[in-house]
Order: sequence, then C-alpha cells, then structure tokens
Amino acid sequence: MTEMTFADAVREGLAEELRRDPLVWALGEDLSTAHGGTSANQYVGLIDEFGPKRIVNTPISENTIMGAAVGAAVAGTRPVADLRMADFGMCAVDELVNQAAKIRYMFGGQARVPLVVRQAIGVRKGAAAQHSQSTEAWYVHTPGLVVVAPGTPADGRGLLKSAIRADDPVVYMEHKDLWLASGDVPDDEGVVPIGVAKTVREGSDLTIVSWSKMARLCEEVADTLAGDGVSVDVIDLRTLWPWDKDAVYASVCKTGRLLVAQEAVQVGGFAAEIATDVTENCFDALKTHARRIGAPRMPVPYAEPMENEFRVTPERIIARARELLAA
Amino acid sequence: MSNENDTQRTNEPARIFELYKTMCLIRAFEERSEDEFDAGFINGSIHQYIGEEAIGTGVCANLRDTDYILSNHRGHGHSIAKGADPESMMKELMGRVGGTSGAKGGSMHIADFSVGMLGANGVLADGLTMGVGAAQAICLRGVDAIVTVFVGDGTTNRGPFYEALNWAMVYELPILFVCENNGYASSTVTRSITAGEGPVARAKAFGMPAFDVDGNDVNAVDALAADLIARVRGGGGPHFLHARTYRVKGHISRDKMLYRPEGETEERFKDEPIGRCAAWLIANGFEEAEIVSARDAAYAQIDAAVAAAKDASFPNKNLAYADVQDFGPPEPWQQDGGAA
Repeated sequence: MTEMTFADAVREGLAEELRRDPLVWALGEDLSTAHGGTSANQYVGLIDEFGPKRIVNTPISENTIMGAAVGAAVAGTRPVADLRMADFGMCAVDELVNQAAKIRYMFGGQARVPLVVRQAIGVRKGAAAQHSQSTEAWYVHTPGLVVVAPGTPADGRGLLKSAIRADDPVVYMEHKDLWLASGDVPDDEGVVPIGVAKTVREGSDLTIVSWSKMARLCEEVADTLAGDGVSVDVIDLRTLWPWDKDAVYASVCKTGRLLVAQEAVQVGGFAAEIATDVTENCFDALKTHARRIGAPRMPVPYAEPMENEFRVTPERIIARARELLAA
Repeated sequence: MSNENDTQRTNEPARIFELYKTMCLIRAFEERSEDEFDAGFINGSIHQYIGEEAIGTGVCANLRDTDYILSNHRGHGHSIAKGADPESMMKELMGRVGGTSGAKGGSMHIADFSVGMLGANGVLADGLTMGVGAAQAICLRGVDAIVTVFVGDGTTNRGPFYEALNWAMVYELPILFVCENNGYASSTVTRSITAGEGPVARAKAFGMPAFDVDGNDVNAVDALAADLIARVRGGGGPHFLHARTYRVKGHISRDKMLYRPEGETEERFKDEPIGRCAAWLIANGFEEAEIVSARDAAYAQIDAAVAAAKDASFPNKNLAYADVQDFGPPEPWQQDGGAA
C-alpha cells in the first residue's frame, strides 16, 4: 500500500492504462499545460510520457470533446474525455445521451462506444450554483450508460481502469473535495470491478447506503452512532449503474433499516430509486420504511451560512438516522 | 462505393455511367420508400435525397471502403453511395429481420459499418463532432484512411459546426466536410435565418481551404471531390466542399411544403442531376437505350429489395432488450414470461 491523494492515484491509474493499451488516450481542456487538468493536477506530467497525440489539449469546445470521444470510440480507440465539471458536462449532454448512449443500440450492435467521460461533481466551498452540482441521477436515468462515483483514492484508480476497459460508455464522477484527500492505494494493479459495492463499516442495526464523498461522511456518522451503541452497516456503492443490489439487499435483510444518503438534490435523486427498489424487493425484512436524505431542491448558494443550508452534513444524517432507529 | 484506383480520371464516360447508375439506385430507393411509407409499410418519417443524388455519389466515388463517412438525417443516399446494400436498408426501413441495424434504428439511423458508413443521425451537427473524433482515431491507429462528414446548410447555424471546423484545423485532421446546400432548413429558407456570405466564407474563416461546386452536376462534384480527397489523403488537412443543390421533396416525405412558392419545385426540378447526367452521357457517346436500361435496372433492383423486405419477418420482440449495454442491461417485463 502507498498513501496518495485521489488525484494522484487516478492519474497513476490513467498512466498505467495508457502504458498498457496504445489505443487509450485522453482529451480535455488544459490537460497538457502546467495545470495538468482542472486545478488538482490530475494530468500533470502525462504529456511528457505520452505526447500530444494521446494527451490532447483541447479547445473549450465541450460538444466536440464529447462528440470526438464518441467518434473515436466508434472508430476503434478508447478515449478518456475530461469535461472538468459535471456543470460543464451539461454542454455535452447531447453527445453523451443522444450519441454515446444510443449508438450501439440504434445501430443494432454494429459498434461499441468504449469511452470514459470524467465529470467532477459536488460542492466545493464557495463554488456556488454553476460549479457545484451533482448530476449523477441524470445519467443513471439514461439507458446505455454506466455511472461510477468512487469515493477513495484506491477506488478512483481501480474504477478508472475498469471504466477504460469496459466496452460501454462510462460516466466517471469524482468529487472535487476528494481530489486532495489521501488514502491507501494498493501497489498491485488494483482493478475495482464495475457494479460491486464495498461495505466500509460493519453493523447490524442500520444500513446506510451512499457513494462518493458522502460515503466518507457516512463513515463518520457510523463512528458517532457507535458511541451511542448503534452499529451501522455503511455501504459505499462505488458504481451507481449498475448498482450492487445483492450487497444492499443482504445488508437490509440483516439490519431491517435503510437510509440512503446523497449530496445531490433529494427530489428525483438516485437515493429515491434505491429506497423504492429495496421497499419493493425487501419489504418483509424492513422494520420501518426506508428513508433518504439529500439536499433541498435549490441551486447551491455562495455565502457560507447559506451554502451550509444546501449541505447534507453528518449532523443531518445522524438526525435522520436517529429518527429511523426510533421508528 | 470504393474505387480500384483512386487516380482514375474523372469525366470519363465509362466512369460517369457508373455514377449515373448509383444516382438512379438512390432515386429509385427514395421514390419506392415514399410509396411504401404511404402504403403503411414504413413507420416514423423518411427524409428523401431526391435531387441531391449527385453529391453523395460524386463524393463517395472517390472514397475507399476503409474510409469513414458520417451522415445526417437525410442518409439513404450517402449509404447507398458508400456501398450499403439497398435490400438490407429497405428491411431496416420496414423494421424487418435483416435490416442494416437489426431494425433498431429505421430510416433516420441508417448505418452500415461494414462499408464505413458510421451512421445517419437524428441530431444535426453531431456527425461533425464525431467525425473529427473518428479522424483522430485514424491518426492514433496509424491507418491509411480519411473521414468525410455530410452536413446540410441548416447545420451551419449550430455551434458544434464551428467547434468541429476549428478542431479539425487545430489537429490537422484527415477530414473532408461536405456541405449540401439545398436551400432549406426544415421548412425555413436558410438564407432568411443566416448572416454573412454563406458556408464557404464560414469555413474559410478557420483558414480551411473551401470550394464551391454545382451540386447537381455529378461530373463537377466527382472532379472536385477527387481533387480535395487526394489532398486530404496526402496530408493536406481538412478541406471543405460546398455543393449547391435543391431539395426537391419536403423536409420529410409527408411534408406538404406549404411554405414553398407555387411552381418553384417544378422549375428547379428541371436542373435535377440524373437528367443532366443522362444528357451528358448521350452527348458523350452513350445510346439512349443504354441509359434507359440502366435506369430500369436500378428500379428493378429496388423493387426486388422492397419485395424481399416485405417477405422478411418482423424481429422477435425480445431483441428490444439486446445491445443496450454490457453492464446493467434492461430487465424485461415479467408478466409475459420475460425475454431471452
């Protein structure tokens, strides 16, 4: 194991895939400048090893970053497109949803679209309405797409590898606050399979399902509740589509209580899908109805006191969990 | 359609006769498609290429099977010109087994990857962005091929048009952009919603070599395409071919064209490319009987394709669930017994 930041681990993972397969390449804004990516140096140095044909520094042209990735995937390569932030990803929803997600299907399997699109999600302090959104539910809702949202450096590296090797288009969502967070990363290849959740806290009284940065907050929640004598199973989904139903069902059958926590706006969010699915399929195991927690349905405000109103904090999760445990 | 020899000279009667046959095949396909649409054998809508056949034909005559093309919503002609099998295409339009895309896409998503036809498209300008990506893949893989993207005049008002032209120039990609200017953006006269001097000027603004041609003159399109494609193939970077033509039919076949001045279609149809090509062939040594016979053979081939399509069965409903994705494919309805 080696301790490194999420950004460094994912960059290592990308470099390893670039070395492994000459058909892998990356494109996006600022990839080969001294910035090496958005601001967390996710690509720094790669241009020196792999050159400008494989680390393509693009114009600010989101439609074409995404569209070119689709065309290049169809034409036999494995591009990793970086759209900087999920908010900018909206500029390329057409190419992702109308093209990447549909091509294999509407052309009757004549082609595959093996691409990865990186879109950073989540509130980063003071980033406000257009640089803070968590849009994972948009893409989970879109047939044809795989959606991953790793929450640790090891998962970030390992899931990027699986995403690159997959023949499906994969939306890879990384939380901006995680880029500089550190964690242990295995020294071996460390591939993390798509569709497999990880139980990060073992418990028997309550299941909390989450993903990305929120899974880390839920670990804190579990530790706090442990002080009250409550033992919590915390499941970090890691992949949102396809999500690991077996792991969640097994946990709920053990605990009888489910809380799904997401950073995104609660209304129409992915937590609702999990809570509903578990209610439909594990109803007899539930001691009380499943619950979810997500942000109020409002844009992310700027000033800290207001921004905090948007945040799904550990305190708010604990309050919801206690309400659930008392039911 | 691939050529044995890229250096084959244009304007040779034998070559033009082949282009004539391709144009007749496209015309017959489009006319019969409309008949079958009206008869209820084709669903959705069809966007016909009637009157514009010379462009796809003249351009694709200079491409190889290993070259890629990307099309727009009006993709039947591009597909046939690139070598797709009209019978498989008609099966696709009729939603039958044996369709080019397994009856998953229909007319607007016609595609035949086996001949490098990477798909028609329901979203304007997306062929441009995907086309530059395909060209980038060609460069990365080090293969000897080029990309041609067909767009209409209406698409020159979408943002991705500019992104893609800029992108192609920045990376010096092996790509030819073909703008088929048929005068109409759906039911709107394109000039009435377009500033500036037109597509050629817009392409030139990026420093891209751009040329204008009479798109109803297959000899001229073929000659210009031969020149530009040779330049692209030779490492000359992106080029732009602007072909003036006229959309004889409506935006879709059932479009009543209430927006079009009376008599305009008939007047412009006098200039349609197949009649012009036939006249040229006769002036260059062909017998009228040969011309008629070639045309009849094209219609006979398409009639046979229509008959074969009608004989083909509809796909098993459970195939609806196939080819969505490897990870997390759809779950079929359960009350009727599930799917394969």
